[in-house]
Amino acid sequence: MQRRLHPLRALKAVLRLTWVELKLFVREPTTAVFVFAFPVALLFVMGEIFGTRGDSDLFFRGFEAMDYYVPAYFALVAASIGVIMLPAHLTGYRQGGVLRRFRAALVPMWIVLGAQVAAALVLAALGAVLVWFFGWLVYGVSRPADALAVAVAFIVTTVCFAAIGALLGALLPAPRAAQGAGLMLFFVMLFVSGTGPPTEVMTSLMVTIGEWLPLSHAVLAIQDAWLGFGWNSTALLILAAVALAASLGALRAYRWK
Amino acid sequence: MTPSETVIRVEHLRKVYKHTIAVEDISFDVGRGEIFGLLGSNGAGKTTTVECLEGIRRADGGSIRVLGLDPQRQASALRGRVGSQLQESRLPDHLKVWEALELFAGLAPRALDWRELLNAWGLAEKRSSSFASLSGGQRQRLFVALALVSDPEIVVLDEMTTGLDPAARHVAWELIEEIRDRGATVVLVTHFMDEAERLCDRVAVVERGRIVALGAPVALIDEHAPELRVVFTAGDRDVGWLAGLDHVRAVTQGGPRVTVHGDGPVLALVAAALVERGMVPRDLRVERPSLEDVFLGLTGHHVED
Ligand SMILES: Nc1ncnc2c1ncn2[C@@H]1O[C@H](COP(=O)(O)OP(=O)(O)OP(=O)(O)O)[C@@H](O)[C@H]1O
Ligand SMILES: [Mg+2]
Repeated sequence: MQRRLHPLRALKAVLRLTWVELKLFVREPTTAVFVFAFPVALLFVMGEIFGTRGDSDLFFRGFEAMDYYVPAYFALVAASIGVIMLPAHLTGYRQGGVLRRFRAALVPMWIVLGAQVAAALVLAALGAVLVWFFGWLVYGVSRPADALAVAVAFIVTTVCFAAIGALLGALLPAPRAAQGAGLMLFFVMLFVSGTGPPTEVMTSLMVTIGEWLPLSHAVLAIQDAWLGFGWNSTALLILAAVALAASLGALRAYRWK
Repeated sequence: MTPSETVIRVEHLRKVYKHTIAVEDISFDVGRGEIFGLLGSNGAGKTTTVECLEGIRRADGGSIRVLGLDPQRQASALRGRVGSQLQESRLPDHLKVWEALELFAGLAPRALDWRELLNAWGLAEKRSSSFASLSGGQRQRLFVALALVSDPEIVVLDEMTTGLDPAARHVAWELIEEIRDRGATVVLVTHFMDEAERLCDRVAVVERGRIVALGAPVALIDEHAPELRVVFTAGDRDVGWLAGLDHVRAVTQGGPRVTVHGDGPVLALVAAALVERGMVPRDLRVERPSLEDVFLGLTGHHVED
């Protein structure tokens, strides 16, 4: 008589919801602009400033500026999805009663959040490919030293930021508040994580603040793999731990709402 | 009526929000195949009660069994077996009608053909419209269709017909009766007394978090509003003597219009007495009490304050 949720059915449910979320994303162009266009625009700005400088020994970890920024902006794409897009999206769901509809249909919360993470992965991958393509087209950025390591670091990064987004979506009161808080967090991270000014020119205070925020670790994890420093296990572990904590926190927070 | 098998049992349900006691002490049973109505003023606690049944809210006291299961602790075993329309909810603005139905059909363990629901609830034309572009009544119908798509054994409808035009409301009533005829049990929260009288086998009147009356609509009318009113126009003739007739309780005369309050065979007695005195009013008629009178009698004084 009991109809427990079969794992395969659960997976199908997640995929179904993911597909719907992706369609909704396409129909909401404003978020798309930010997630896809902003990192590319910033890459262009950085490219125009630093792209042809010859003193790259002192900055950018000894590499060409664009080889440094392209992998860093993969992380930026994931961060913008996690802290700008998802919190506003989910607070809207919570406030408007969309989540209540899922609860009334007894769809478990982890399926709803799982679909958000899955959609975030797809969008982040597209955003990263766009950044890479632009970097290759305009500045001739080539291929990663270790593609597998880049992929793994990128997936861990995206899951981490998606989980943070889910948690913020549970905690922040309304879409407007979420938008404000998300943008604030995003730009603070942007400036202290090696995605704005290169790490070499940051003050030690900036570096310290950056170390307490996930983006700096995400940048290192992806950049190391891209530039040939191999797997950065410290950064990956930190990201995974944050992802786990944020996911559990989010599931708990939604249960109490 | 005595329900064969109890599918919902609520015992001493209690739910307190920060500053309000939403549900103080509510108990009732619903039998399989019944249409059970919950009536009551705004804020009486109806939505809170059904949300506890649906597992959306955790009760603070008492016990609830839905199909023998606890809707909080055994939620996964109830998936697809309870369909809820919800008084307040939304869908994502850009989600299309057919996508919503397909999505929720896909999330249910066993689903009806959602295309049929689309037609039955008059949404075929709107199948590719986004949720945001639907009118209030169309949204409402979509929510009912979503509640039904998992082919549930119990359907909970919270103000289902609010916002529907009269034609759509009658269609909705027929569809609800059809659902019941297929064997489902329906819990219906409504502010429309004609709807409750027409559809419900039994109704509970909720007031300030308690049930103040429970029974079949006809029984409630007999018990709480047995009075008939005979109304006619008497011109300027005095009809005070009608008060002396059997089964007449009171006579009120406002201008040319007379209202005789009474019970049982009062209409026949009044008519005969009038004819005997040579009065043959053309507009003599009887006003039977309805559920609305019961409702106003039980709750009216609260609405005012
Ligand atoms: N989330 C909430 N937080 C605090 N108080 C609430 C909440 N939901 C309902 N209440 C209060 O609980 C009481 C019962 O509300 P409920 O929604 O159950 O009433 P109702 O009978 O469904 O009313 P209506 O006919 O207006 O829909 C009301 O006084 C309401 O203000
Ligand atoms: Mg209500």
